[in-house]
Amino acid sequence: MDNRLLPAGAALVVGLVAGFLLYPSFGDTATDTPNVDASDGAEPTPAAPASLPVVENRSTLDLVRERGYVRCGVSQGLPGFSNPNDSGDWSGIDVDICRAVAAAVFGDAGKSRFTPLSAKERFTALQSGEIDVLTRNTTWSLTRDTALGLDFVGVNYYDGQGFMVRKELGVKSVMELDGAVVCTNTGTTTELNVADFFRSNGLAYSIVAFEKSDEVVAAYDAGRCDAFTTDASGLYSERLKLADLNDHVVLPEIISKEPLGPAVRQGDDQWADIVRWSLFAMVEAEELGITSENARDMKTSQNPPVRRLLGVEGAFGQNLGIPNDWAFKIITQVGNYGQSFERGVGENTPLGIPRGLNALWTDGGLQYSPPVR
Amino acid sequence: MSDHFVRTTHAPAKPAPRIQIGWVRWARENLFSSLLNSLLTVIAVVLLVVMLPPFLDWAFFSAVFSAVDGSACRVDGAGACWAFVEAKFGQFLFGRYPDAEKWRVVLTLILGIAGLAPLLIPNRLPRQWLVAYLLVPFPILAFVLLSGGFFGLEKVETSDWGGLMVTLVVALTGIAASLPLGVLLALGRRSEMPVIRMFCVIFIEFWRGVPLITVLFMSSVMLPLFLPEGMSFDKLLRALIGVALFSSAYMAEVVRGGLAAVPAGQYEAGKALGLTYWQSMNRIVLPQALTTVIPGIVNNFIGLFKDTTLVLVIGLFDLLGIVQSNSTDPTWLSPQTATTGYVFAAFVFWIFCFGMSRYSVFMERRLEAGAQR
Repeated sequence: MDNRLLPAGAALVVGLVAGFLLYPSFGDTATDTPNVDASDGAEPTPAAPASLPVVENRSTLDLVRERGYVRCGVSQGLPGFSNPNDSGDWSGIDVDICRAVAAAVFGDAGKSRFTPLSAKERFTALQSGEIDVLTRNTTWSLTRDTALGLDFVGVNYYDGQGFMVRKELGVKSVMELDGAVVCTNTGTTTELNVADFFRSNGLAYSIVAFEKSDEVVAAYDAGRCDAFTTDASGLYSERLKLADLNDHVVLPEIISKEPLGPAVRQGDDQWADIVRWSLFAMVEAEELGITSENARDMKTSQNPPVRRLLGVEGAFGQNLGIPNDWAFKIITQVGNYGQSFERGVGENTPLGIPRGLNALWTDGGLQYSPPVR
Repeated sequence: MSDHFVRTTHAPAKPAPRIQIGWVRWARENLFSSLLNSLLTVIAVVLLVVMLPPFLDWAFFSAVFSAVDGSACRVDGAGACWAFVEAKFGQFLFGRYPDAEKWRVVLTLILGIAGLAPLLIPNRLPRQWLVAYLLVPFPILAFVLLSGGFFGLEKVETSDWGGLMVTLVVALTGIAASLPLGVLLALGRRSEMPVIRMFCVIFIEFWRGVPLITVLFMSSVMLPLFLPEGMSFDKLLRALIGVALFSSAYMAEVVRGGLAAVPAGQYEAGKALGLTYWQSMNRIVLPQALTTVIPGIVNNFIGLFKDTTLVLVIGLFDLLGIVQSNSTDPTWLSPQTATTGYVFAAFVFWIFCFGMSRYSVFMERRLEAGAQR
């Protein structure tokens, strides 16, 4: 060991001081501390009451514009919803919502940044202003909508608890599962849902529960139980981890309601509207038959709803505080809801999730957009 | 004629008994020296025979080495999905760091090695200057290079950092900060000045009393709520500070053990020679104390290196985190994808930790030799 620790100690102190002088510009602190002109009355923004957790009285839209990109909270990896692809970019249907918002605000879907969040962090990150939109497969429930200082603006995926069984059982419906052994996770609502469902339908059952979902899949794969239950979207991705995925089938019944949707901070209605209508624009585009490929040609359409959505007629973007071609940009850069769904989780992806509840209302599903008028 | 016979040459030596030579002797001494050892040898051989062929089959013979997506790994009987590691290798090293900017990471690594290697390999270069370089100019350079935003370098958000790069940044920051801070804290704890002693005791006991995972959670979930709105520290920075303070408390206790092992006569000798406190610590006490506790220090470093994986819980992607999040990519989902990723991560961690432990053995031998001279 060297006997000259003193210069090293002094160097450390200098280093720490230098570090702290430099660090405020580390990350994005410097770009979004607008408190200086917060009291400036010249800002004609639809401001939120000061008591609400919004950065002073600057609207989220202004902050986003100033920063130059939208910040979204995504999962740390949920197949088809938000997951990194081979080139390291985030992809999936939750990611598409964020890209749509960026396209609406900036006309460029690429002006979106993603912050991976754990389930525990996600609400704090939104409340503290670390992100602008939470697009992280979050279930919309009354408690979350009211108690957490956030607003859910819509549903981009109707999820719910489903069952998977082996094809060789020949079971076509959950109602035929009388006396089945069901594998699930311990201590989650999934276990309670199973109990409620089987009891209310007078079916006998027994549960084999495990702590981790990998254990549940392994037990099911090893034949310790007849059926495996979790959220339907999860069933499709877990199915890919089974030895032979074609031997298994997901039953059509959904026994719980898990509407997943984007959320924003409570108290900034304009921003909530922008996110809500970005989602609606994608659904509306699918209903009107506008895709990323034909959007440019559709601009010449004589159909009034198409003309309104694409910004040819009216000034609907202005009402939202964004450019009038907002929906056009969303559709050309991200696609309509159906395209996003098929690209992320649809039948042609390895996940192969059928539209089901997420089909348009015209096809017997629940996806429905209020008119753009 | 004499009837006696005096032998004037040695009889040719008989060969040693067969069980005393060659591999038989080696096996008797090393594998079957007692009943218990024989039993253990047999058990170990049986385990190897049972486990090695399936492992080799999984890792090499049935493994998928190149594929464009996960479908090849989804085949029944497929082994390790190395193609997944191959496709994601860039991400495992650099996270989502932009391709065009990766040279900055490599340059930082070269600059770091240039400073560190001469310190680790015995030579006559001026060590205090190398230490000073590593503690002041190097962190600033590394910060400027990695984060960017100065001198025309493009800014790279820390949310885009990931993989081995984040593991090394967190571990090396913790290691570099914890040694000097730990030495100061250990000296402070043995100080005769009550205020300093109390401060050090409280600091050390506080950080030793909380688990690292709590520190990380506090830094990422609670801290943003305490800070004024709009003021947010970078998440990686928060984790770095937490890890540095945490590991310095542990280091302090290791160093204190070393200080206690130095005989009181050494302290008194320093005083008798009229050396100041810092002189006697620098030149007499610390060199002996630190040499004694090298195994403990390296043990701490290795522990810290592995603890970096905990940053996963706050949404930072270290090597393990990026492996986990990439294994959710639906194009690669298969029964083997996650396992292969984990084996790869374990191998990389093992290389680093084993390297550190071998280096510490080398240092101990060298210093021991010096002491005996």
